[in-house]
Amino acid sequence: MTSPSSLDKAGAADTLAAGPRRRRVRVRGGAPLPLLLPALIGLAFLTLPLVALLIRAPWRSMPDLLTSTEVWQALQLSLVCATAATAVSLVIGVPLAWLLARVEFPGRGIVRALVTLPLVLPPVVGGVALLMALGRNGVIGKWLDAWFGITLPFTTAGVVVAEAFVAMPFLVISVEGTLRAADPRYEEAATTLGASRFTAFRRVTLPLIAPGIAAGAVLAWARALGEFGATITFAGNFPGRTQTMPLAVYLALQSDPEAAIALSLVLLAVSVAVLAGLRDRWMTAS
Amino acid sequence: MTRSVRRTRRTLQVTGVGAAALLALSACSSSDGSSSAKSGSSASAGLSGEVTVFAAASLKESFTTLGKEFEKAHPGTEVTFSFGGSDALAASITGGAPADVFASASPKTMKIVTDAGGASGTPATFVRNQLEIATLPGNPDKVASLKDLTKSDLKVVLCDKAVPCGAAAQKALDASKLKLTPVSYEEDVKAALNKVVLKEADAAVVYKTDVKAAGDKVEGVEFPESADAINDYPITLLKDAPNAAAAEAFIALVQSAEGQKVLNAAGFLKP
Repeated sequence: MTSPSSLDKAGAADTLAAGPRRRRVRVRGGAPLPLLLPALIGLAFLTLPLVALLIRAPWRSMPDLLTSTEVWQALQLSLVCATAATAVSLVIGVPLAWLLARVEFPGRGIVRALVTLPLVLPPVVGGVALLMALGRNGVIGKWLDAWFGITLPFTTAGVVVAEAFVAMPFLVISVEGTLRAADPRYEEAATTLGASRFTAFRRVTLPLIAPGIAAGAVLAWARALGEFGATITFAGNFPGRTQTMPLAVYLALQSDPEAAIALSLVLLAVSVAVLAGLRDRWMTAS
Repeated sequence: MTRSVRRTRRTLQVTGVGAAALLALSACSSSDGSSSAKSGSSASAGLSGEVTVFAAASLKESFTTLGKEFEKAHPGTEVTFSFGGSDALAASITGGAPADVFASASPKTMKIVTDAGGASGTPATFVRNQLEIATLPGNPDKVASLKDLTKSDLKVVLCDKAVPCGAAAQKALDASKLKLTPVSYEEDVKAALNKVVLKEADAAVVYKTDVKAAGDKVEGVEFPESADAINDYPITLLKDAPNAAAAEAFIALVQSAEGQKVLNAAGFLKP
């Protein structure tokens, strides 16, 4: 049940992560055939399915399909939740990345592996794990419910939690990589000049790694937007509250494949627009 | 899902030999070649190969049992199941999934396949299913009727209207003029039931058979309105069945007295 888009996103992740450090090098005399041919096959493999989506799209009934309130509700909810999940990831993910990159502590390798686990975990497994932890009957959720009357499943907050769980590792990895590449001597210089560790982080490190944070945030946002498995497992499916676009696509496929194609195109267009737009602006900055 | 696999496959064939290894890995149907070669002999003694059955999620327990009986009666055969929401299965089949048998939870979803010319012959109704309310063990919220589920402090999950159990629930609610706002519309009947099993929801409207299959993890509450929303389950041999002979034998088993006994024990009604 993993959405196929998550695979595409993972692919996009690599290209984007490599973005900031890319150098423009030209191969002289053209690319050799043994490289060119597989490369073109690779390109076709990744883009043809998306082209097929365009070919099979019900263009004539598109306006009707896309103006329904359910579609707008789902799109709006997707955008809001993905943005909120990115914000959550930034607030707790950047410090986590800093910890992993700058502080030596025993078991750091294990911690790093744990942090990146949601990257490779099937999203449905993530959803089940979240239920076990934060569900009404979950390890932590039980107390949240008993003490504060908070239950996350079936709520919009639950969608944000599910998306942040799946998307945050993208941000952490990206920021940690940038931090490792950044020279720590600037921070040290700042502290010797009297700045506190936190001030040095805020005034020196943060501006230094801003492009990496931006790249990670875009990746996390895109991953959150496409998140399906953890969301449907943990937050359920209710129009306007927890039904994001990927869920709407999946359920539309059950009754109305044409609508599913139309919805997929909207999601595709939004993703492409954001990735293309932000990439040019931030990722090639450094 | 399956559609994209197929499309991928087409792409690969076009783009060349280099990707052949990838194709072998990604194509889910390893049975294509092996089973079709052996489907020539139609005598029941000579059945062999893999039979792929696409069946509604609600049939999981009883069909699994029947599959084992079938394999025992016909050594050399192997029954593989794909259980899921009937609509998703129908979409896979019309999208070209290599299946032999389709057993759906509603005539409406079966029609998707027959309309697309995917069925061989006319589908036959083999069982019927009735809805029931699944509550937490011991029924702590004292749910006694469908109307009790409309209480605002109760977390109820329904199946999405796109899948048969959701359509049936809506029919029962409409017939009794009740308005019920669930916390979630789940993608199939098992997902709805599991939200109660995991105690995330207080109640779900599911099939009687699912309540029974869940054992003491949930408690079933019958409601009279369910009589207005009984689902017929049709089964059919598929037109492009890779192993038609064995598939026909499996359908015969489902419809036989022996098969009906297993299905009735699971809570299904006779057609």
